[in-house]
Amino acid sequence: MNRAIPVLTVIAAVLFGTTFYMAITYADFDAALFFSQKIFYWHVPHAFMLFIATGMCGVSSLFYLKTRNTKWDDRALAAAEVAVYFGAAVLATGMIWAKAAWDHWWVWENRLTMSLILWLVLVGYVIVRRYAGASGAQLSAGLAVFGTLGIPFVYFMVNRGDNHPMPGAKGNVATLTGSMRITFWLSVLTFLFWFLAFVAMRIQSARAEREVRELREKGLDAGILT
Amino acid sequence: MSMLGHAVRVAAKDLRIELRSKEILYTMAFFGALIVVIDAFVFPSNKPDVVRLAAPGMLWVAMAFAGTIGLGRAFDRERENDTMRALLLAPIPRLSVFLGKAMATTMMIIAVAVVCVPLLALFLQADLFASPLILVGAIVGGAIGFSIVGSVFAAMLLKVRSRDVLLPVILYPILIPLFAAGTSATSALLREGSPDWDKATFWLGFLGIYDAAALVLSFWIYEDLVIE
Repeated sequence: MNRAIPVLTVIAAVLFGTTFYMAITYADFDAALFFSQKIFYWHVPHAFMLFIATGMCGVSSLFYLKTRNTKWDDRALAAAEVAVYFGAAVLATGMIWAKAAWDHWWVWENRLTMSLILWLVLVGYVIVRRYAGASGAQLSAGLAVFGTLGIPFVYFMVNRGDNHPMPGAKGNVATLTGSMRITFWLSVLTFLFWFLAFVAMRIQSARAEREVRELREKGLDAGILT
Repeated sequence: MSMLGHAVRVAAKDLRIELRSKEILYTMAFFGALIVVIDAFVFPSNKPDVVRLAAPGMLWVAMAFAGTIGLGRAFDRERENDTMRALLLAPIPRLSVFLGKAMATTMMIIAVAVVCVPLLALFLQADLFASPLILVGAIVGGAIGFSIVGSVFAAMLLKVRSRDVLLPVILYPILIPLFAAGTSATSALLREGSPDWDKATFWLGFLGIYDAAALVLSFWIYEDLVIE
C-alpha cells in the first residue's frame, strides 16, 4: 500500500490536468447551459465516488463486525472520511448547478436529495466515531451497516417522492455524445484515482494512529510511560 | 420455551415496570403533545388549509422526538440498576432480549401516537381518521421500524458517556426513509374527498419491507454489536 500512494497520486495529478484542459477546450458546449455545464465534469464523477465510498464503508464495517479484524475498521474509517469530502463537493457543485439551471441554490432534485441523505449518514459516522469513546468503532460500524441497508430504500423513497420534476434534471450520462462523452468518462477515471489515492493515504494514517495508540498502551502497561 | 416466548417475557417485564411507575409513558405522551402544540403555534394556524397538509409531518416529528426520549430512558433504567448485565447473563438467547426491548418500545411509541393523532385532528381540523386502516398501518409500521433500529443502538450506547446526544445523531440519518414513508402514508389520508389508496398501499408496503429488512439485519449483527 505504501508504495502505491505516490504512484496513485502522480496518476491522479496528471489525469486531473488533462481532464481539466479537455473540459475547457475540447468538450463541446452544452446547448442550453453553455459554459455552466462544465461543472458537470466535476459534480457527477464526485457523486459516483460518493456512492463507491459509501459502499466500501458499509461493506468494510460489516466485515469488521463479523471478523473483528481492525484492518477492516481502518478501511471503513478511511472510506467514510473520504466519502464526507466527496459528498460535500457533490452538494456544493450541485448547488451551483441548481443556481445556473433552475435559478435556485437548492432544489429537491432526486439525485441531489439522495446524495444529501447519504452524506448525512456519513457525517453521522464520523461524529460518532470521534465522540463515542472506546466503543466508537463498533457503533459507527453499526451505523454504516444500517445506513448502507437504507440506500435502496432512499432510492425508492426519492423516486416516488412528490417533489417537483425539474427541467433538465432528467439528464442521464448515457445520453452524452462525442467529445462530452469522452471527457466525462475520463473525468470519472480521474476522480477514481483521486478516490484511491485519498483512501490509501487515509488507511495508512489510520493504521499509524492505531499503532501509536497500541504502543502507548503497551508502554503504560510496562511502566515505561506515565 | 421459544425465542419469541422469551422475548414476550422481556417485553412484559419492561411494560410491567412501566405500568407501575408510568414515568416514561407520561413524560413521552406529554412531550409529544407539547410538540404538537408548539407546531400548531409556529406554523401559521390561521391558515388551516395550508397547515392541515403539514399535520402528518408534525405527527412523525412528535413520534420521532418522543420516541428517542423514551428509548433512551428505557435503556437508562437498565443501566442505573445494572440490570442489563443480568439480562444478558440470563439463560435465554440474546436476540430475545433485543426482540423484547423492541416490542416494549413499539408499544410506547404507539402510545405517543394515540395522544398526538387526536390532538392534531382537533387543532388543525385534519381528517386523520378518514381511514383507520391506513392510519394504524402507518403508525404501527413506523413504530416497529423505529424500535428495531433504536433498540440495537440504544443497547450499544449504554456504556457511552454522551449517549443522549449520540442516539439521535445515529438514528435520524438512518431512519430518514422510515419517517418519509410514514409521513407519506399518513398524508394519503388527507386527500380531498377520499383517501389516496394508491399512495397509501405503496408507502405501507415500503414500511413493511423496511421493517423486515431492519429486523433481518439486526438479527444478523446484533450479537456482534452488543458484546460485553
